[in-house]
Amino acid sequence: MQSVNSIKSAYIKEMLNNGVRSGRGFMDYREISILTGIIPNAEGSAEVNLGSTKVLAGVKLDLDEPMPDKPNEGNLVISAELLPLASADYDTGPPSPEAIELARVVDRGIRAAGIIDTESLFIEEGKVWSVFVDIYIMNYDGNLFDASTLAAVSALKTTRMPKYEDNNVIREGKLGKLKTKGIVTSCTYAKIGKSIVLDPDGDEESVMETRLTIANDDTYIRAMQKGLSGSFTQHEIEELVDTTFEKSKSLRSIINKLSD
Amino acid sequence: MGSSTNKPELIVNGKRLDGRAFDELRPIKIEAGVLKNADGSAYLEWGKNKIFAAVYGPKEALPKHTGDPEKAVIKCRYSMAPFSSLEEHGRSGPNRRAIEISKVTKEVFENVIMSENFPGTEIDIFIEVVQSDGGTRAAGITAAAVALATSGIPMRDLPYAVSAGKIGEHVIIDLNKIEDNYSDADMPMAISPRTGNVLLLQMDGSLTRDEFKQAVEMVKKAGQTISRIQREALKAPYEKISNKYK
Repeated sequence: MQSVNSIKSAYIKEMLNNGVRSGRGFMDYREISILTGIIPNAEGSAEVNLGSTKVLAGVKLDLDEPMPDKPNEGNLVISAELLPLASADYDTGPPSPEAIELARVVDRGIRAAGIIDTESLFIEEGKVWSVFVDIYIMNYDGNLFDASTLAAVSALKTTRMPKYEDNNVIREGKLGKLKTKGIVTSCTYAKIGKSIVLDPDGDEESVMETRLTIANDDTYIRAMQKGLSGSFTQHEIEELVDTTFEKSKSLRSIINKLSD
Repeated sequence: MGSSTNKPELIVNGKRLDGRAFDELRPIKIEAGVLKNADGSAYLEWGKNKIFAAVYGPKEALPKHTGDPEKAVIKCRYSMAPFSSLEEHGRSGPNRRAIEISKVTKEVFENVIMSENFPGTEIDIFIEVVQSDGGTRAAGITAAAVALATSGIPMRDLPYAVSAGKIGEHVIIDLNKIEDNYSDADMPMAISPRTGNVLLLQMDGSLTRDEFKQAVEMVKKAGQTISRIQREALKAPYEKISNKYK
């Protein structure tokens, strides 16, 4: 495998050095499609296909106790699973550091942008709603950060709000929507040799030296994460922030068009 | 099998709650080759169940001591997404139930895979239930069989699985979630259709000897439909291509 990888690595770098990326421009996304409401048993759900990367997000709301330091707020719990069926490189067992990093970066963007108003999840003293977002990676072909943020936000935006009546949770029938505000998306860049590309696919991620994810809404940067052992210059990062504000417009418009 | 308190009426006017006859399957849809990275995969909808199955291998058995110098080792993981049921958020990771289902599923495929062709290797079968409505182990086996066939791993047969059960006096096929919760018997079976051999059999509840025979006959009859849907799913991608060149 190693020899195949080094050939592929050299080939991808050579192409990029010559200003060529297979099938698209350096700052282009692959084709994106989002389907919502695909798991009717869940309160919210979305499937995102970003090229061959396939991510499923499911949302459940449960009665819960508030955190001791925030007695008037509900909880938001975001987790991610790199399912072994998504790639030969993923193993069964407890979440890997990569899965935890993925969930935490998605979480930070959604939390910082205030997509969920946790105070609106308060029911009565000692009783709140917990919102569980589970991100399931079904097929890996790079850029799990952007696909997962799209899936989580799309699922939350189309989540129905269960009712709490006479000590019972009602999950079916005529229900309102979970209260959400705004849209956050992320743009992830890979640095390969001297080149920087948006939305790296699996092959590109296997040869990238470093990675940068920038999450934003229409006004603010909401979360950032640099990954791997390479580095960016300050100038590169400033440019990527500008690119992100430009590129995120079309991502937000995809989410805005979702029907529920 | 649940408690009999607050048991809902499961049969009204000779029909089941979802309108099915006693020997009627829920609608089944299978699509082969849906996950690009896997060596074989399938997506299955069986009533409201939605299941992905994927196969990786044969590949070097790791850790090495798990390998067998005479045949491939089959590994299986059945797991249910925490958002898959209409109830509370489940706990992630396999629980005792999932571990048992993984084991009996693995044993079904150990019977049919020609593992002697691939000594020292492992074949991984992953079953992810993303929406559940009763009968997921049978549906998972049915999907995994298609995923295995898609991967090209040689098999002696294409097994199918389905549950039979009993409500009151009536033997029924393919219990959904609410029937499963309140039924008087539940009996998932996997069958090798070419030989009729039973590859998986579990049961709890109460069945007379006659009811048991009736249930097995019902499973075999339903199996003809399930086998046909499996074979059609395997053919579909090739029919698409050959139609293109007609």
